[in-house]
Amino acid sequence: MFDNFVVPNLLPAAPEMFLAVMALAILMIDLTVKDSRRTVTFALTQLTLIGCAAIQFATSTGEITYTFSNMFVDDLMADLLKLFLYMTVLMVLFYSRGYIIDREPMNKGEYYVLALFATLGMMVMISANHFVTIYIGLELLSLSLYAMVAMNRDSVVSSEAAMKYFVLGALASGLLLYGMSMIYGATGTLEITAIAERLYSGGVNKTVLVFGLVFLVGGLAFKLGVVPFHMWIPDVYHGAPTSVTLFISTAPKLAAFAIVMRLLVNGLITMAADWQSMLIILSVLSMAIGNLAAIAQTNLKRMLAYSAISHMGFMLLGIVTGVVGGDARYALNAYSSAMFYVIAYVLMSAGTFGMMLLMARAGFEAEEINDYKGLNKRSPWFAGIMLMLMFSMAGVPFFIGFFAKFSVLQAVVAAGYMWLAIVAVLFSLIGAFYYLRLVKVMYFDQPEDESPLTAPMDVRILISANGLAVALLGIFPQVIMSLCAYALLRSL
Amino acid sequence: MLTLSLSHFLILGAILFAISIVGIFLNRKNLLVLLMAIELMLLSVNMNFVAFSHYLQDISGQIFVFFILTVAAAESAIGLAILIVLFRNLKSIHVDDLGSLKG
Repeated sequence: MFDNFVVPNLLPAAPEMFLAVMALAILMIDLTVKDSRRTVTFALTQLTLIGCAAIQFATSTGEITYTFSNMFVDDLMADLLKLFLYMTVLMVLFYSRGYIIDREPMNKGEYYVLALFATLGMMVMISANHFVTIYIGLELLSLSLYAMVAMNRDSVVSSEAAMKYFVLGALASGLLLYGMSMIYGATGTLEITAIAERLYSGGVNKTVLVFGLVFLVGGLAFKLGVVPFHMWIPDVYHGAPTSVTLFISTAPKLAAFAIVMRLLVNGLITMAADWQSMLIILSVLSMAIGNLAAIAQTNLKRMLAYSAISHMGFMLLGIVTGVVGGDARYALNAYSSAMFYVIAYVLMSAGTFGMMLLMARAGFEAEEINDYKGLNKRSPWFAGIMLMLMFSMAGVPFFIGFFAKFSVLQAVVAAGYMWLAIVAVLFSLIGAFYYLRLVKVMYFDQPEDESPLTAPMDVRILISANGLAVALLGIFPQVIMSLCAYALLRSL
Repeated sequence: MLTLSLSHFLILGAILFAISIVGIFLNRKNLLVLLMAIELMLLSVNMNFVAFSHYLQDISGQIFVFFILTVAAAESAIGLAILIVLFRNLKSIHVDDLGSLKG
């Protein structure tokens, strides 16, 4: 009966398997650990992530490898994104540690295990080459995140945010699935590379395909959080515990970028003219509404949520400009600029929310902009780090955020969308206002609370390194930019 | 006698999908109804997949349906758990009472 069963090549998925086994083991080990000794769980989680990175290095061939009946793909783009993913999750958990120790309902082993499962989901998304794989990875990520948002269970705002996130996240999955079903109907396959081949050879019902594509782009836009599918972002960023907001605002962006690349670029590149025009609308609306709404916010988490919307809109510009009138000459340049943008954004966002976690204490969240009054008098060093992060987010020259915006704009201009570049620059200028307002509050206002900042040494070192990375990579942006370009060159 | 064709199933799927979207956006009463609308949405997608799978004579669409069904079960479990947490804090599951996050 099982005559034609062949054991698949397990090597490309070795990091995923290691992570899955370790997450289950940590869940078991944690049962025997007391609340006061949660460091054990924390250390095991971090070791698991480092282990994943090591296995990734050991098993990566650099070639495009398909396995599990072409459901799973391992290429350099996946390898690079996964390495950044491990690094991000490692940083996020480091920053979160002090925060969750102060908040009793969250100080459980489940927090770390859920973070690991979410990471596993993102890894599966990054390496997916089949609609089923994408869906399973996406749900593993989303379900873990819903639970993490609700984990501070005595807080009204957290549970409300979790409910909204759940309902809108499920709606997004529904849209995505509906789009997938239509594309399946039009092409007769669920495998992304096979879809690309069938579309290339022609004879596919275009109406059904475009109908499906609309829903697919809608679902992806929900997950990226771009206008008009952005409603959940401000509420979830605001309501979730800050450590979870930090998680949501960083690592999943890498995975969302990966599925956009897999679905739209690997799968539906022959439909580029259709999805590019949709993405242009999404992108311009996101930059407009994200930047304008952020100005009106007094809550820093909400402000950064709108800033996230505008940054994702900006990133989409890189994906929009890959193919111009059937000419894919600039594709590599455009997609690698989008990838660089996502990585730069993740680095900046991790640092900013990390600073919020550093300022927070038991019973004090440090989430209002006014809580940062006179930070320079309390701690000049950390005010300086925050200053660099804000400048970088605003796109002030010679920080990484500037080069991220610059490389995307270069791709936009090369593709001949001059008006789009002008719109993007204008909205970035508007956006600079609210980042600089925080700088003004930190440096020129009088502090209400004169006490100096207290934080453990390891977090201080890590956050300083993060801030300095934003500055140093701004001086040497080529390091990451050429990595992205090389990875995509070998993967597309 | 009327024979059922692919388009009948697709139209039924589209109607169910539309009902569920309307259920999510127009519902101002009970959060449980939202959870039901989400279930309905996933089932309408399943209908599409099964119809296409039969029409294309390709089994993989039906296998996808099994995955969607199992994930939907896990999803409702998490949804109901969040609903309980919310009810403990808010003493209500009315959609209109979810108003502390605005801006």
